[in-house]
Amino acid sequence: MLNYTFHWRPAFNALPDMLWGALVSLQIAVLSMVIGVVLAVFLALGRQSDNKFLYGFSTGWVELARNTPALFQIYMTYFGLGSFGIHLDSYVALLAGIAFNNAGYLAETFRGGLRAIPHTQTRAARSLGMTAPQAFRLIVLPQMFRIVFYPMTNQMVWALLMTSLGVTVGLNTDLTGVTQDLNVRTFRTFEFFAIAAVIYYLLAKLITLSSRLFAWRLFRY
Amino acid sequence: MIELKDVRKNFGSLEVLKGVSLSVQKGEVLSVIGGSGSGKSTMLMCINGLEPIQGGQILVDGTDVHARGTDLNKLRQKIGIVFQQWNAFPHLTVLENVMLAPRKVLGKSKREAEEIAVKQLTHVGLGEKLKVYPSKLSGGQQQRMAIARALAMSPDYMLFDEVTSALDPQLVGEVLDTLKMLSEEGMTMILVTHEIRFARDVSDRVAFFHKGLIHEIGVPEQVIGRPQKPETIDFLKSVL
Repeated sequence: MLNYTFHWRPAFNALPDMLWGALVSLQIAVLSMVIGVVLAVFLALGRQSDNKFLYGFSTGWVELARNTPALFQIYMTYFGLGSFGIHLDSYVALLAGIAFNNAGYLAETFRGGLRAIPHTQTRAARSLGMTAPQAFRLIVLPQMFRIVFYPMTNQMVWALLMTSLGVTVGLNTDLTGVTQDLNVRTFRTFEFFAIAAVIYYLLAKLITLSSRLFAWRLFRY
Repeated sequence: MIELKDVRKNFGSLEVLKGVSLSVQKGEVLSVIGGSGSGKSTMLMCINGLEPIQGGQILVDGTDVHARGTDLNKLRQKIGIVFQQWNAFPHLTVLENVMLAPRKVLGKSKREAEEIAVKQLTHVGLGEKLKVYPSKLSGGQQQRMAIARALAMSPDYMLFDEVTSALDPQLVGEVLDTLKMLSEEGMTMILVTHEIRFARDVSDRVAFFHKGLIHEIGVPEQVIGRPQKPETIDFLKSVL
């Protein structure tokens, strides 16, 4: 059983390629968060809306995103849309799938955050002559982002880890894709994936630490 | 001039205002006293359109507040309001709290808005606290900041909704001093308050609210000094 001999040298030689892949993974995670956060603000508002269509649409999105496997969501943007003649490349399909998932989870987090802000804040803003969108953007949103900041950080880590699913839709430029290619060529499965895992771990820690720093700079009150 | 004509307001089946008529002239200070739930605070919310009304009419300088075509955001620029819970914006410094509406609503430049804000904050005695966040201020200071924030819009009217009720007793004085200063400067004010002595001191007229109606109104010497109605007498006995 223990007759597997480790060969770390080829794995370490491939490290630069893997780090480039990690950069692609990080890029997808960041973009998917930016898109997800923007969509989630609208979904959270839709969830509070009296308009039946807006409420139904955003509730449907949130329910699907949170209660189906992320892998299926990415399949849908790649193969699903493909069967309707909309062909996204692997990178875009993965990004869209993760953004869809992020938006669904974040929408619920944001909804909770919004509820934590007293209605009197909006009232005070409106009494100064601000329009409803101004009051939301200038008074409510900044306070909400402070409340939801740490849950948002978790989602960012989750988004990074989800990028590894790109390999299932043919993405070979991200960390998992690069690792899988190396693995297929060399069969040093354990070594390559162990190193990839360490890189994912370090990236996740980097996200957590940098967001702490960011929060410390941002939320002085 | 602020005019209320037979104003009716209910929350569901609860009638809060049952036909209130009133007019406040430019430069006048009107204090509104009365028990909890008598409709005093609700009336203020209706005057600047924060609460809809179910009957009657409210005119501010001839503009019907609750008419369909009325631009409430525009109207609110000339009616400042300060609440019992001061509602500081916690994510902005004291200076930014006061600068925000002049910049975003009146479209002032950053420099102009800052000038206005510094002037108003100095006026209420917070000139030393410009860069501080509200959480570092006492309740009285936060309330004075809220007053400066409303004044920065250069309103023609100021509404005060029990602005000292949520304060520790030793902080009430500084806020009342600020109100007194404003009244001496000729600001038109409607003051919902439980500070009867203060009301007597600064007001041109006092209105006693009882069960959603103005029960008695007149100069302070009359309403507080020699009240006519038994309800007014009972109320004053219970609070003085």
